[in-house]
Amino acid sequence: MLRQLRPAIVMLLGLSVITGLVYPLAITGIAQTAFPWQANGSIIERDGRPVGSALIGQNFTTPPYFHPRPSATTEPDPKNPGKTVSVPYAANNSGGSNLAPTAKALVDRVRADAAALQAESPGTPIPGDLVTTSGSGLDPDISPEAAAFQIPRVAKARGIDEAALRELVAAHTVPRLLGVFGEPRVNVLELNMALDAMGK
Amino acid sequence: MTLNGWLQIAVFCAVIVALTRPLGGYLLRVAEGGRTLLSPVLGPVERGLYRLAGIDPAQEQSWMTYAVAMLVFKAAGFLLLYALLRMQTDLPLNPAGQSPVAPDLAFNTAVSFLTNTNWQFYGGETTMSHLSQMLGLGVQNFVSAAAGIAVAGAVVRGFARRSAQTIGNFWADLVRMTLYVLLPFCVLGSIVLVWQGVPQTFAGSIAATTLEGAKQIISLGPVASQEAIKMFGTNGGGFFNANSAHPFENPTALTNTLQVIAIFAIGAALTNMFGRMVGDERQGWAVFAAMAVLFLAGVAALYASEARMNPAFAAFHVDPSLGNMEGKEIRFGIAQSALFATVTTDASCGAVDGMIESFLPLGGMVPLVNIMLGEIIFGGVGSGLYGFLLFAIVAVFIAGLMVGRTPEYLGKKIEAKEVKLTMLAILVLPLVMLGFTALAVVLPAGIATISAPGPHGFTEALYAYVSGAGNNGSAFAGLGPNVFWNTTMGIDMIVGRFFVMIPALALAGAMAAKKTVPASAGTFPSHGPLFVGLVVGVILIIGGLTFFPSLALGPIVEHYAMTAGTLY
Repeated sequence: MLRQLRPAIVMLLGLSVITGLVYPLAITGIAQTAFPWQANGSIIERDGRPVGSALIGQNFTTPPYFHPRPSATTEPDPKNPGKTVSVPYAANNSGGSNLAPTAKALVDRVRADAAALQAESPGTPIPGDLVTTSGSGLDPDISPEAAAFQIPRVAKARGIDEAALRELVAAHTVPRLLGVFGEPRVNVLELNMALDAMGK
Repeated sequence: MTLNGWLQIAVFCAVIVALTRPLGGYLLRVAEGGRTLLSPVLGPVERGLYRLAGIDPAQEQSWMTYAVAMLVFKAAGFLLLYALLRMQTDLPLNPAGQSPVAPDLAFNTAVSFLTNTNWQFYGGETTMSHLSQMLGLGVQNFVSAAAGIAVAGAVVRGFARRSAQTIGNFWADLVRMTLYVLLPFCVLGSIVLVWQGVPQTFAGSIAATTLEGAKQIISLGPVASQEAIKMFGTNGGGFFNANSAHPFENPTALTNTLQVIAIFAIGAALTNMFGRMVGDERQGWAVFAAMAVLFLAGVAALYASEARMNPAFAAFHVDPSLGNMEGKEIRFGIAQSALFATVTTDASCGAVDGMIESFLPLGGMVPLVNIMLGEIIFGGVGSGLYGFLLFAIVAVFIAGLMVGRTPEYLGKKIEAKEVKLTMLAILVLPLVMLGFTALAVVLPAGIATISAPGPHGFTEALYAYVSGAGNNGSAFAGLGPNVFWNTTMGIDMIVGRFFVMIPALALAGAMAAKKTVPASAGTFPSHGPLFVGLVVGVILIIGGLTFFPSLALGPIVEHYAMTAGTLY
């Protein structure tokens, strides 16, 4: 047993330096040189100030913007430490709802969200992603159907032609990679920034 | 289910089949200490480590010395990691100002990363400093995986050798697998990940002002370097709480596809290394085929389950075409999420790109069953192969009983000692998985942090102990930590790792000492479809007999409750 002690300590420290310091530092150096924008969080700026990350969803609640999916992220309750409060798209505390498919809390939430959406566009089937929370709570995307569903509301709030919005959504719809991998999607932040640019 | 979804799964399968042989040859060369392309660069580092440690890599060890060396290394690793987590506040690289990790959580986390489980009772971005992530968790990601591959290599040597007393040198195996396999794969992998958008910085976070004027704090860190080893080492511990569902860990469909490939690549290649070491590649392909059958069944069942929407939503006029999207990301959709959940639980990885707790009941049962079968469907790097070989022994033993002949595997007679060691390793897993679950669902301390009511809550507890002892680390993540859970899960993970690893090494020692018997007309060939069918049957029968009652109480009853419209 004792004969293995020296190799154990040497190997642990040696491999720690290699895999725990040299490796991540080298990767950081390469990343910051070759892909500085991605390595620092794919941050999007407007007028020189960060408005978010291209990869991280953010909350939109007002009618003139396209809305993201619901988000289950939380933050500690300032009034009651130990409890949490719902803060959608809290990008410093990712996570899903972790509700069971048979949870009353899940079905009640979906019923309420679906009723609100139904009031907005009576008669149109509600895209599934608009009433379900993502695994990360930070999903930057919605389905093209979910974007199309919101066009009438956005058009009315902004006083723009629906056809122009359909074109904008189509231009911001990212197809499957090579036509095979993943699912078609629309990045909500990028779409909304394009929307703001259009209004100017 | 869509044709395109199946095409994504088929492409994945084709890539794994194509990688198995070339990668298997590379692993064999590294395991035998041969020269590789990287030797000119890493050779001096390797020899330097041997010199400092005062060991001779050519001096081989008996199975017992090999096991002791592994255990002493693990004990040292535990102490270092525990200390780092407890003292992170006083150490550098803590830009977010994280407090020290509590003693019970630090114990649980240290055991978890040491045993290649990566069960996480914490959210990374709210708990760990960058130093803890890199120098603590990241290092164990490498060395726990390398130790797993090392042991698999040693076990295979035991099967391949005759009348031998030794099965290799643990220190040499550990160093070679780290330097020549995991490290270069991770360097390439992390660069691809950064290119796709995974951050790699020492900044803690960035504050953004959203278009609607709200403030959003976006956590950052050295994510890519951690992410790569998380996959190749089948560790699965996320940098962030949401793991591979987080867009910074897994930004695109391409990274998702590469991540599932990385999880399976080494495990699949080890079957080929096994075949080559025992001198008959067909033996390796037979193991591969048995694993592949179980994988395909799992992915088909999971995809079929999740492609349907929760039936309770139909009344609210929701379009069912996207499937069950609660807990899933749009960029992956159902096919990629089903593939990921199957792969991560077949291999004992445990990373998730969608929340398993929110899968439909039968969809959530597939990952659970994958782990219950023993983490042998390609499995954790190394542990999957030696775990599978235990079932191969049971299969030839049963075949031997059927024809009344002493069983043989790879030309070695399987006798009482080998069967006893095998049964010990196989039976200890259900003992802790089911025993602890039974405790947790009756003791107040256990029930206290179960989040889901009804049968789903039982599944939450069952999944935790199954995942822990299987060294998987994925979770029905609504479960919260307390001292009871941190402690019992810690024991669960230790038993699941070492009470399989040590009997497997003992078995290797016993096999190495045997002579080979020439194959005769009465020998049951272990490279054909009959053997594959027999092993798959044995795995399913052992798993089914052991776990069916617990599945009936959890996901199965929940499925019928859901169909009947019952809510909890």
